[in-house]
Amino acid sequence: MPQAIELDRLWKFYGDYPALRDLSLNIAQGACCALLGRNGAGKTTLLRILAGLSPFQRGTVRVCGESPRSEKARRLNGFLGHGIGVYEDLSGLENLTFFARVAGIERPASASAHWLERVGLARAASMPVRQFSRGMRQRLALARAFLHAPSVLLLDEPFTALDDRAIAMLTELLTEARRRGATLVLSTHQLREALAIASHVALIENGRLCYAGERTGDMLEDPALLYRLYTKLGAA
Amino acid sequence: MKSLAQALSVARKDLAIELRTKESINAAGAFAVVILLLFSFAFDPGADATREIGGGLLWLVFAFAGALIFNRGFARELPNDCLDTLLSSAVSGASLLLGKSFANLLMLLAVEFLSLFVFGIFYDVRWWLRPLELAALCVLATWGISVIGAVFGALTVNLRLRELMLPVIIYPLLIPLLIAAIEITNALFSNRPLGSYELLWGRVLLVFDIVFTALAMALAETILVN
Repeated sequence: MPQAIELDRLWKFYGDYPALRDLSLNIAQGACCALLGRNGAGKTTLLRILAGLSPFQRGTVRVCGESPRSEKARRLNGFLGHGIGVYEDLSGLENLTFFARVAGIERPASASAHWLERVGLARAASMPVRQFSRGMRQRLALARAFLHAPSVLLLDEPFTALDDRAIAMLTELLTEARRRGATLVLSTHQLREALAIASHVALIENGRLCYAGERTGDMLEDPALLYRLYTKLGAA
Repeated sequence: MKSLAQALSVARKDLAIELRTKESINAAGAFAVVILLLFSFAFDPGADATREIGGGLLWLVFAFAGALIFNRGFARELPNDCLDTLLSSAVSGASLLLGKSFANLLMLLAVEFLSLFVFGIFYDVRWWLRPLELAALCVLATWGISVIGAVFGALTVNLRLRELMLPVIIYPLLIPLLIAAIEITNALFSNRPLGSYELLWGRVLLVFDIVFTALAMALAETILVN
């Protein structure tokens, strides 16, 4: 199986502090990897490196065989970070149409309208984002990340601020994306939802990879199992 | 072509936000009008000497008003981490800088147009006598100012004192462009034909635009990501 993401002996420092330490991980094309870890473990840093937003000091990173900053890798990526990445003064439709245009999507307005419908924001399409609730913003951000049918989806806490219906909608979107062969990497603290979708799990503690492997049935039954088995904090 | 289309999309988005909020245009327009008004009290409007310094006064006002516009260019991308979203998308750094420069250009040209009206009224200068040459000069000089503004707007966007730092950095760089624009403007306001002296300054403007646009495009990735 070809690898969508290849990390080899990756080190990332903030000043003298090593945020990622000697991290090696491969994620196969079409896999869904749940990136788990406590606050400050290095999950967001890793996702930002994969999105080409953060330079690193040592090691190799390849996204679809390319450097994360390459035009090809950026075109194939869909990134949702901590910020929702949409403009407050534009409407939902205008935001999506702008991102569709820069992604080179044909008929950007109709593609945007379709995605607003998918995330349940069709009725708020012309409303400025500053009037959106937190959950609506997150749904718009998800539509923005999925808009150009990316081959690699990098999602940082995608379940944040979503209610149960929106979580079901996101789960459906992620399942659909996997069905069309997209690779998913999602960092989250919502273990149950993440493990239900994930095919693989990577657990990070203090910038080190503690566990990487397939998601097992045991993990689904007891989501905290990984932390207990593989982290020092969990063992304590 | 794809890069140009992306740049135009970025410019269009910035102008749509600006038309809605009017935060840069209102500040820059009001600043330009007030300065021109204050200087009209300080000098004797209509005197030949005033017309001689008209070009200098106008281009300094444009440069100062421009700083107010350029400060917002990349600051607009900070809420909700929009800059990160753009940088992780298919938009290249060069397209992003080019788009920001286009938006800066159009906003600053609007302020210049307003300023010229005020200038005509308070200084009794008939600037409309050579409209095509003046328009060409404004576009050429304003493009240079806009590119520099976009580049250094990106570099200072994360600084706490960016409103202060941006003008401090860009004005020294703009000196050759401003001298060239002032010399040609003074000739136009005096209704003198443009001779070899003015054409030389015209070439300086052109070279300045080409060099700084090329540098901005070549260094865009380094400026925006690192």
